[in-house]
Amino acid sequence: MTTATKDQVTERVIAALVEFGEEPENVKPDSRFEDLDIDSLDLVELAQVIEDEYKIEVSDAEMEKIATVQDVVDFVAQRQQ
Amino acid sequence: MTRRVAITGIGAVTPLGVGAPALHERWSAGESGIEDGLARCSDFEATDHLTRRQVRRTDRFTQLALVAAAEAIEGAGLDEAPYDRAEVGCVMGTGIGGLSTIESEHTILREGGPGKVSPHCVPQMMANSAAGALAIQHELRGQCFGTVSACAAGAHAVGTAARMVAYGDAVACVAGGAESAITPLATAAFAEMGATSESGISRPFDRRRDGFVMGEGAGVMVLEDAETAELRGAPILGYLTGYGATADAHHMTAPEPSGEGAARAIRKALADAEIEPGQLAYVNAHGTSTPLNDRSETEALKSALGEQATRIPTSSTKSAIGHLLGAAGAVEALETLQALRAKQAPPTLNYEEPDEGLDLDYVPGEARALSLNGHPAIGISNSFGFGGHNVVLCVEAAK
Repeated sequence: MTTATKDQVTERVIAALVEFGEEPENVKPDSRFEDLDIDSLDLVELAQVIEDEYKIEVSDAEMEKIATVQDVVDFVAQRQQ
Repeated sequence: MTRRVAITGIGAVTPLGVGAPALHERWSAGESGIEDGLARCSDFEATDHLTRRQVRRTDRFTQLALVAAAEAIEGAGLDEAPYDRAEVGCVMGTGIGGLSTIESEHTILREGGPGKVSPHCVPQMMANSAAGALAIQHELRGQCFGTVSACAAGAHAVGTAARMVAYGDAVACVAGGAESAITPLATAAFAEMGATSESGISRPFDRRRDGFVMGEGAGVMVLEDAETAELRGAPILGYLTGYGATADAHHMTAPEPSGEGAARAIRKALADAEIEPGQLAYVNAHGTSTPLNDRSETEALKSALGEQATRIPTSSTKSAIGHLLGAAGAVEALETLQALRAKQAPPTLNYEEPDEGLDLDYVPGEARALSLNGHPAIGISNSFGFGGHNVVLCVEAAK
């Protein structure tokens, strides 16, 4: 499996949040989930997307530390190394 | 001392279209929302009315409820009413709840394992999620819950809400029912128990009737303390004047053949409204088009209304929109109000061949003007559910 670039992960995460109902123009890499209309159930779903897409297990504890789109991208990059 | 309960707004999404007027106008014109033996809300596209986010996080039965409620609440001007929101309640009935969610998530579970099940599954499938969603959308912070009594659920919701307002537990209450259960499992299950029509035709009270036609939809009313509603200048469409509810305690799905359980509910509703059978201008029957219901309901009406039973025009909304299960009681109660306001009984469609013993005036053919002779337009709406639940609502049109 080829490793996804940070840009690709960013794109995937933003696409997921838009699918959850966010407006595309509101979602930026530094967007904080608490400032968006993203709640804990959406974050569980986001973890499912990451697990599916990148074959990475995400624990609840790890997910709790994730607060922004960039956090997700960094987490994926770190785990892919 | 109880308060008079006004109906200040109504809203519906039915197989005859989006909006309460579409239901009354099209049914009265003899149109049917049944296609290929099913009564879907084909005109309803959730994304036309709700945000992408709402659509993604709700089951279809809740989507139907949100749109019906928006119409009722806008009509009543409830969002702008000068009420403490903690004094506004919400009661929504459903037969099953988010069945399409349950079925699709179960497929995901079987194919992908527990880790693939959506975190949104529970809030979508819960039978009370329509009630919760309406409360969030319209800031209804009083009593809020769902009623679950199969095909009587919508009527139980309206009756319970009326009591809440009459007793002063709420100044207003949003109440109704919603159902969207035309799914592979429910369709198969109703068919296997012989409840649904093999011919795909809904013809209540007709000799050839062979079961109900499954439908989906939602109906919502805004009920308010009449005095307070008048003070705020709310549109008073009519009054919810009587509520009677009983149980057959006979069989889980078959009605008591004598109709006595249903008859007791009719008598209770009339007593609650403090009226005599002679004052009724219209009966909106449960009229499912099943062999058993239509016979026992006819018996019940004769028992409770006596010689008046054959005089009062009695028609079934299900002849036009099929059986909306947990939404039926609410949709039919608000349609009763629309019929009374229009002073016109819509017809029981497809009623052509009388059955022995079923000899009420089922309003065959076309809509008929109600004879009121200057009296108030008062009617009842019957709803009976599997489990032996009987609910009768008495409605009076505003003058």
